[in-house]
Amino acid sequence: MATSPATGLPRWEADPILSVEHLFMRFGGLIAVNDLSFKVGRGDITALIGPNGAGKTTVFNCITGFYKPSEGRLILAHGRAPTPDEIAEVTRIGERALVGRDAGVYLLERMPDYRVSGEAKVARTFQNIRLFTGMTVLENLMVAQHNALMAASGYSLKGLFGLPGWTKAQKAATETAKYWLDKVGLTDRADDPAGDLPYGAQRRLEIARAMCSEPILLCLDEPAAGLNPRESLELNTLLRAIRAEHGTSILLIEHDMSVVMEISDHVVVLDYGTKISDGTPRAVKDDPRVIAAYLGVDEDAVEEVEAELHIEHAATGAGA
Amino acid sequence: MEIFVQQLINGLTLGSIYGLIAIGYTMVFGIIGMVNFAHGDVFMVSAFIALICFLLVTTVLGITSIFLALAIVLVVAMFFTSLLNWAIERVAYRPLRGSFRLAPMISAIGMSIFLANFVQVSQGPRNKPIPPMVTDVIVLMDSGGYQVTLAWKQIIIMVITALLLGGFWYLVQKTSLGRAQRACEQDRKMAALLGINVDHTISLTFVIGAALAAVAGTLYLMYYGVANFADGFVPGVKAFTAAVLGGIGSLPGAVLGGLLIGLIETFWSAYFSIEYKDVAAFSILAITLIFMPQGLLGRPEVEKV
Repeated sequence: MATSPATGLPRWEADPILSVEHLFMRFGGLIAVNDLSFKVGRGDITALIGPNGAGKTTVFNCITGFYKPSEGRLILAHGRAPTPDEIAEVTRIGERALVGRDAGVYLLERMPDYRVSGEAKVARTFQNIRLFTGMTVLENLMVAQHNALMAASGYSLKGLFGLPGWTKAQKAATETAKYWLDKVGLTDRADDPAGDLPYGAQRRLEIARAMCSEPILLCLDEPAAGLNPRESLELNTLLRAIRAEHGTSILLIEHDMSVVMEISDHVVVLDYGTKISDGTPRAVKDDPRVIAAYLGVDEDAVEEVEAELHIEHAATGAGA
Repeated sequence: MEIFVQQLINGLTLGSIYGLIAIGYTMVFGIIGMVNFAHGDVFMVSAFIALICFLLVTTVLGITSIFLALAIVLVVAMFFTSLLNWAIERVAYRPLRGSFRLAPMISAIGMSIFLANFVQVSQGPRNKPIPPMVTDVIVLMDSGGYQVTLAWKQIIIMVITALLLGGFWYLVQKTSLGRAQRACEQDRKMAALLGINVDHTISLTFVIGAALAAVAGTLYLMYYGVANFADGFVPGVKAFTAAVLGGIGSLPGAVLGGLLIGLIETFWSAYFSIEYKDVAAFSILAITLIFMPQGLLGRPEVEKV
């Protein structure tokens, strides 16, 4: 399913939309991400999983310009996979991006956060909801279309004087917002303050807001956290629809394994900031390193440690 | 009764000017959480820009139509004051963003002293007068020699203020620029992740605040007929009081607070003691901060847990 028909390679190798290369993120002496490389296939739903503190959110923060990576290259490809020459070229000339007619190469580590979203078209959501709670649901979706609106409206000057270009742009933006409201089932709440929505609806609104910025890569940080099973199912449907109807590639961090196994084409597993497994959901699920990471250590090691600690166990009476 | 009506008119005029300045305080506080102590002095500088421009327009260009002159002066003062405030933000506040909370505030106090002293040195410490601009008055009531008058310049001040506030409200509520501004107020990082250039938006906030202060400065000059280097401080702090009274961060609150402070000040002067009018205005600041820190229209700060 996730393989390219032409080469037989998995899609993330044949046509990566995002290539993370030798990413390091250090906070003083702490190495949160340690030489991480992986690829995200165009049109794939890719899951980034790993135990708590594995560095998943840090990777997201690097991709979206929230952090500047200590080292490494983050290549985002618009249109098609860039050739190694193109990547070398943009890296050498020291520009943020090299954009041609049918393709573009963006080096995300060189871009400030607002350009990652506005130009490279990467959108994200957070683990904790970060809606503009004081604004209405509709306004939240309009804010996400700020760049498109500003360009079309002559930096709002036309708006002040009510010129036709502004009205048209305003209308188009409202249409897009309405489309996404309908998609996430919040049309009847459009004029309510976003902070008044129930939790599950706020999560859906965040995804809708991210989509309103018309991303080619959507990064979701634990989108299913705190959702009940029915909402979780609706989320799966929504994500599949986004991929199918808009061709948006999705990168998600998720702890809910049923969601991961259900919808992802490709799974990357992190532990202590390094990649321990990478492949299809089935391959990853059976990988002993992954099992070891999730259970702490593998079973042989558990037995060894237990043998060593036998005396203490007996003395304290504490179970393993 | 006559005195009451007269003071009401005077208070609303003064309050309009305070309201225009207060918006600059409240917007900047809303977006970067800083009290811009230099704002009063920016207002003072704008009055000088207006003064210089007015003299140039009337003497060098020889324009006699007072309304045309006023329009030119307004536009020029708004432009140069905006430029000044943009530059101040760029050199004195932006480099300190991300520093500790008090740093930009201290820098603002420095800017305030700098501006006041610069004007004192370059323009001299005395009052700079202009010839009276609009002197016509309308007599509303006349009883036993006491005339209640509404001066044309008071009408001009109130009308310009109302028009500008309408346009400004529209800008903030209905345009993409205003939405971006409100988004930055709530969550700057998230706004950036939606493609909004936060630095630009903050610069624009300073520009808009300065433009409104420049209108206030021009109107102030027209109303009183003089400009002085020390005129930044007291009106500035009163406008700040207005912003606090209305609820700092709230735009309608700034206007309401401005009008209230204007009214309190004039009524106090009329019925109690003119010497203590500033005491009355600043007591409001203390009382508001103690008993109603969120102000009249401000939202109470809810601590996130």
